[in-house]
Amino acid sequence: MRLLFDKNTWQEIFGSIGKNKTRTIITVIGVLWGIFIYIALAGAAKGLDNGFERNFETVAKNSLWAWTNRTSIPYGGFKIGRAVPLKVGDAEVLRNRIPEIEYIAPVNTKGVFGGEAALTVRGLKSNSYPVYGYFPEIAKMATQKIYDGGRFINEEDMEYSRKVCVIGERVEQEMFEEDENPIGAYIRVENVYFQVVGVHKFSQTTPFGTDGDIFIPFNTFKKLYNTGESAQFFTIAAYDDADVVQVEKDVKRVLKSIHRVHPDDERAIGSFNLGEIFGRIMGFAQGITFLSLIVGLATILAGVIGIGNILLISVKERTKELGIRRALGATPGEVRTLIILESVFLTMLAGVIGIILGAGVLSIINMMTASNTDFPYTNPTVPIPLVIGALLVMVILGTLIGLIPAQRAVSIKPIDALREE
Amino acid sequence: MIEIRDLHKSYQMGSNSLHVLKGINFKAEEGELVAIMGSSGSGKSTLLNILGMLDEADTGDYILDGVKIEKLSETKAARYRNKFLGFVFQSFNLINYKTAMENVALPLYYQKVSRKDRETKALKYLEQVGLKEWANHLPSELSGGQKQRVAIARAMAAEPKVLLADEPTGALDSTTSYEVMDLIQQINDQGNTILVVTHEEDIAHMCKRIIHLRDGVIVEDKKIDQVRASEYVQ
Repeated sequence: MRLLFDKNTWQEIFGSIGKNKTRTIITVIGVLWGIFIYIALAGAAKGLDNGFERNFETVAKNSLWAWTNRTSIPYGGFKIGRAVPLKVGDAEVLRNRIPEIEYIAPVNTKGVFGGEAALTVRGLKSNSYPVYGYFPEIAKMATQKIYDGGRFINEEDMEYSRKVCVIGERVEQEMFEEDENPIGAYIRVENVYFQVVGVHKFSQTTPFGTDGDIFIPFNTFKKLYNTGESAQFFTIAAYDDADVVQVEKDVKRVLKSIHRVHPDDERAIGSFNLGEIFGRIMGFAQGITFLSLIVGLATILAGVIGIGNILLISVKERTKELGIRRALGATPGEVRTLIILESVFLTMLAGVIGIILGAGVLSIINMMTASNTDFPYTNPTVPIPLVIGALLVMVILGTLIGLIPAQRAVSIKPIDALREE
Repeated sequence: MIEIRDLHKSYQMGSNSLHVLKGINFKAEEGELVAIMGSSGSGKSTLLNILGMLDEADTGDYILDGVKIEKLSETKAARYRNKFLGFVFQSFNLINYKTAMENVALPLYYQKVSRKDRETKALKYLEQVGLKEWANHLPSELSGGQKQRVAIARAMAAEPKVLLADEPTGALDSTTSYEVMDLIQQINDQGNTILVVTHEEDIAHMCKRIIHLRDGVIVEDKKIDQVRASEYVQ
């Protein structure tokens, strides 16, 4: 220990390292590469993780959608193949029976699952877009990014069945000139004039959302298409701490009991569970993080073994020098310490340079991807404990690997070492 | 200063045992300059290695400055070497990436002398061998004679009790050899005990006493009139 803090020891080590530059550089590159890969991979994995997180940040992470199909099992006196009619009122029943549900809203659509998209006209421009009948609550489940000056559908729009709409970004581009402000303007949807109150950016509002669609209040939709009390599907968001998979099962069970569907009928009620998908993607990202950790550590290990290898060769080369040192009075302990400290010092030096380079590359990647929001990659960082852990691993491995050449160095008798030519 | 009693040493060469030293007895007082002569294979280098604690005798006593040297661990041998002995080798054995001064200072490093004192001392001994201006040169930039003088300075730097020189002139031409011997004589004049292994008659006669070894035994041990090397040096 005393040796470790002795200035003279370090002068000897620097002397030996500095005078054998080629060896030092080659040795350092091995570990440097290892730690560089480790940092770059761990950072990239974290960036991917953050990127996924960001892509899902607009939508409640434990949301799910439920709809109905035709039955596949005859039940309660009904024949097979009966269409199950989803009702707006089912939402209230679901909310009452399943306490884990935070928000639930029925949705009707046209032009999404069959049916013709609504012909939309403004002046000489016309196109067909799918139309969604939305409750204002949708905004709480999936944050709607509304452009400046606009708003989402609100309670009053619902109450008075106002003819207002929120249009997608693409609709704006296709229906309006570039310098026009769409807010407050009118467009004709299915021959009814709607006032545009907002423009939304593409968002994962539903798994089938695009930016070329039109949102109108649910009640307006009901009147426009005469859908009465039927609903096409429900958008449901469970509380953050709820088990989404269980909520999904409960929703299906309740819907089956309301509509007298056989409990084992898998086809009658369909659902899409974003929470589960999200969980899987995050699991995937964690898997990548774990993998990058393993790969990184393995690369560091390879690098450190490389250091051991080169030190072993260098000990062979330096047999005579070490013999001279021992003839002049170096104890085996001092020779061993010299070799081990050289190993640890080279490992650390390489490690620190590798960390700096890795961090540099990460920040360059970050700069390059910062403007690209479609790519799931944000803010790649490596947690400090991982970096310190890697450094510790390197010191330990460096010591262990240094033991081999160190032992070899002292196992040769000084007299044999001196005879070596 | 040095006392050796009934020293035996044999080497195992495969299944054969090679008896190199077959009972060596001799004493060297402080301030002596002894030449150990003999043809190759006579055991003179083995004797020197045992004296230098680089090798160990099988049986027999070795007393250095009143200390009995026996059953040394590597660590203890290293400490003794550092404290008692200075080495000069035929092939100089300088560390090639260290400057002359750093080479001379190395034994002092192992004596835990501070860097500043090491440098001062190293310069002092380099001056003594006349190479002060070469202090910052690497061994590769020095001639053979200069290298050996650096090696002698290094051996002296630790201020050892005994200087052991193994064929110090073996790799040098005669002019340079005499210069080196002149230096060794000067050091001896200062009162240092020196043992020189050589097979050259003229070098041996520059010492004060010659011990002849043949086949592992001392066949002759005589005091001689020293030839001063300075006579041959301009």
